[in-house]
Amino acid sequence: MTTRISDRAGVLAWLFLLPSVLYIVALVASPFVLAIAFALSDVSAGDPSYDYVGGRNFERVFDDPVFWRSLGNTFVFTGISMVLIVVLGKVLANILVADFRGKWLVRFLVLLPWTTPVALSSISWLWLLDSIYSPIDWVLRFFGFLGPGENLYWLGQPGLAMTSVIAVHVWRLTPLAAVIMMAGLVAIPRDIEEAATVDGAGYWRRMFEIKIPLVLPVAAVAALFGAVFTFTDMAVVRVLTRGGPNDATQVLASWAFYRGIEGGDVGQGAAVALFLFPLLLAAAIAILRVVRRIEVW
Amino acid sequence: MAVVEVRGLVKHYHGGRVHAIDGVDLSAGDGEYLVLLGPSGCGKTTLLRTVAGLEEPTSGDVLIGGRVVTRLPPRARQVAMVFQSYALYPHKTVFANIVFPLRAQGVPPEERHRKVRWAAELLGIGPLLGRKPRQLSGGERQRVALARALVREPQVFLLDEPLSNLDAKLRASARDELKRFQGEIGTTTIYVTHDQVEAMGLGDRIAVLAAGKVRQVGPPVEVYDDPADTFVATFIGSPPMNLVPREGRLVGFRPEHLLPVEDVRSPDRVSVPLAVDRVEYLSGDRHVYGVVSRIGAQTRVVARLPSTVDTAIAAGETHDFAVDARRLRFFDRDTGLRAEPVRLGS
Repeated sequence: MTTRISDRAGVLAWLFLLPSVLYIVALVASPFVLAIAFALSDVSAGDPSYDYVGGRNFERVFDDPVFWRSLGNTFVFTGISMVLIVVLGKVLANILVADFRGKWLVRFLVLLPWTTPVALSSISWLWLLDSIYSPIDWVLRFFGFLGPGENLYWLGQPGLAMTSVIAVHVWRLTPLAAVIMMAGLVAIPRDIEEAATVDGAGYWRRMFEIKIPLVLPVAAVAALFGAVFTFTDMAVVRVLTRGGPNDATQVLASWAFYRGIEGGDVGQGAAVALFLFPLLLAAAIAILRVVRRIEVW
Repeated sequence: MAVVEVRGLVKHYHGGRVHAIDGVDLSAGDGEYLVLLGPSGCGKTTLLRTVAGLEEPTSGDVLIGGRVVTRLPPRARQVAMVFQSYALYPHKTVFANIVFPLRAQGVPPEERHRKVRWAAELLGIGPLLGRKPRQLSGGERQRVALARALVREPQVFLLDEPLSNLDAKLRASARDELKRFQGEIGTTTIYVTHDQVEAMGLGDRIAVLAAGKVRQVGPPVEVYDDPADTFVATFIGSPPMNLVPREGRLVGFRPEHLLPVEDVRSPDRVSVPLAVDRVEYLSGDRHVYGVVSRIGAQTRVVARLPSTVDTAIAAGETHDFAVDARRLRFFDRDTGLRAEPVRLGS
C-alpha cells in the first residue's frame, strides 16, 4: 500500500500555499522589512552604506511643513474621493442592474474608465485640463461663464488643482465601486424588494429603506478598498501635477516618492511611507468592525 | 374586502414562447378563501403575482372590487402579499417590519403604533417586536409576515405557499391557524399551493391549474369527488384515483372505494378480482397494490383499506374486491374529460 502525495492533506496544503507565500514574501513582506530598515538608517542615493540612526528620520520628517501639508492633502483627497466614489458608485450600480434598451452600451461606457490604462487616460485628462487649450474652459467661455481669453488654469491654482486630481481619481475608481455594489444589489433577494413594492413603498423609500441598508456591508468593503487604494495612490498626482502647485496637491505617497526616489533620501522616503502603515491598519480594522456589526443576514 | 376577478388573463414570456398563463377566467367572492392548486410550473404563482401587480399580463384584465387595476402599480391596489420566503426586511426589527406598509401609506404615528400592536396581539407576536428576523424561528417569521400583511387591512390577501418553509408538524398547526385567522378577519384571500392537503383543508373553493389553464374550480368535496378530467382526478388524492381503460373510456375510482367485496354493502356494486402483489401499512390504513381485471383492461391499481376493515389479505393471492357503482367516474380516453357513465354489471 503506497501513499500518494495527493492523499496527504498536510503536504498538499503547503504545496498549494507555497506560490502565494513566496509571492507575498518577495513582493510584500521583504519590501516592508526593507522599508523599516531604511527608515531607521541614513541610506541615500549618494551614500548607500547602512548606518543606524534611530528615529532621526522621523524627527526630520515631522519637522518638515511639507510633510504635514501632504498629510492634510492626503486626508482631503481620500475623504472627498471616497464620498464621491461611494455615492456615484451606488448610482452607477443602479444603472448597471436596471433593465432597459441598450443597456450593454451603458455598461460598456461605465466600465471604460476602469479598463483604460492610466497612462492613456491621463493624456486625455492632461489635455482636458490644459492651462490654455482646455476644452472645459472653451465650453465655459462659449456659455459666457468665462470672458474671452480668460482661462481657469486647472492645474495651476491650488484649489482647482486638488479638484482636478480628485475628479480624475473619482472618474477612475467609480466603475470598480459600481461593480462591487452591483454585486451587493444583485444579492438582495427579489422577494424583499417585491414585498416592499406590494407594501406600497415607492422608488425612493425602497432605495433608502431597503436597498441601501442591505448593500451597506458591501459598500463598506468597497469603501475600505477604495480608501486604502486612494490613500496609497500617487498615479494621478504624479501624472497631473507632480504635487504642485507649491505642494498644494502633494499627498503622502507622492511625497515619499519625491523624497526617497527622486530626492535620493531613501531613509526619509521610507519614513514617510511607513507613516501610512498604522493609519491604514487602523482604518482597515475600524471598517471591518463596522461591517461585522451591520451584518444583516 | 372585495371581489377579485381575472378575465381572459394571458401571460407570455420570452416573446410568446412560454405561456405561463393561458387564458384564465376566475373570480374570488367577497371574503372567500380561494386556493390555486397545481404542480410547479402550472402558472399559479404567476397568476397571483399578476393580481398583486408584480407582473403585467400580456392580455386580459384584473379587477379588484369591480375596478380594473390591470395597469395600476401594486401600491394602488390595496393588496397584501405573503411570500414563500416571507421576505421580511432582514435589517429591520419585527416592529419596523410590520409598521413599514403603514409608513409607506402615510398613516400618522399614534395610529401606526395602535395598529401594529393590534396585529401583533392577534398573531401572538407581541413579545417579539424588538427582535430582528434572524432571531426568529420559521413559525415566528411566518406570523410576522402575516402581521405585516394584515396591519394595513387590505382588500385582498395574497399568500404564496406560506407554509412550505415550515416543518411538517408546524405546518399542520399553522394551517389550522391560518384558517381561523381568515375566518376572524373575513378578507378575501387567494392562496397558492402545490400541496393538496393544504388546498383541501383551507379553501372555500379550489381552482386546479395545469399548464397555465384552469382545469376545475369548485369546493374541495366537489373537486375531489367529481373531478372534471383525468388531470384533476390523478393530481388530487393520495394515492390518486385509479383509472382503468375500457372501450375508449377510462373508468375511475378512488382507492378508498375499492374494498374487499364483503365490505361493500351497497347492492349496486361492481366486483373485480385483484391480484395482490404488495401490501403497505401507512398510518392506520392498508394500501393494497395489485392488478385488476374484468372491469376493463388489466391495470395496476391501489386500494386503501381503513383500519376498520380487517379482512386478511396477503401479497401473491387474488382476492375479490368491489366498488360501489355510484363511486365510479368515467372519462374520455382521448380528451381526458368526463364522459357518460356506462353500466358495468356486477
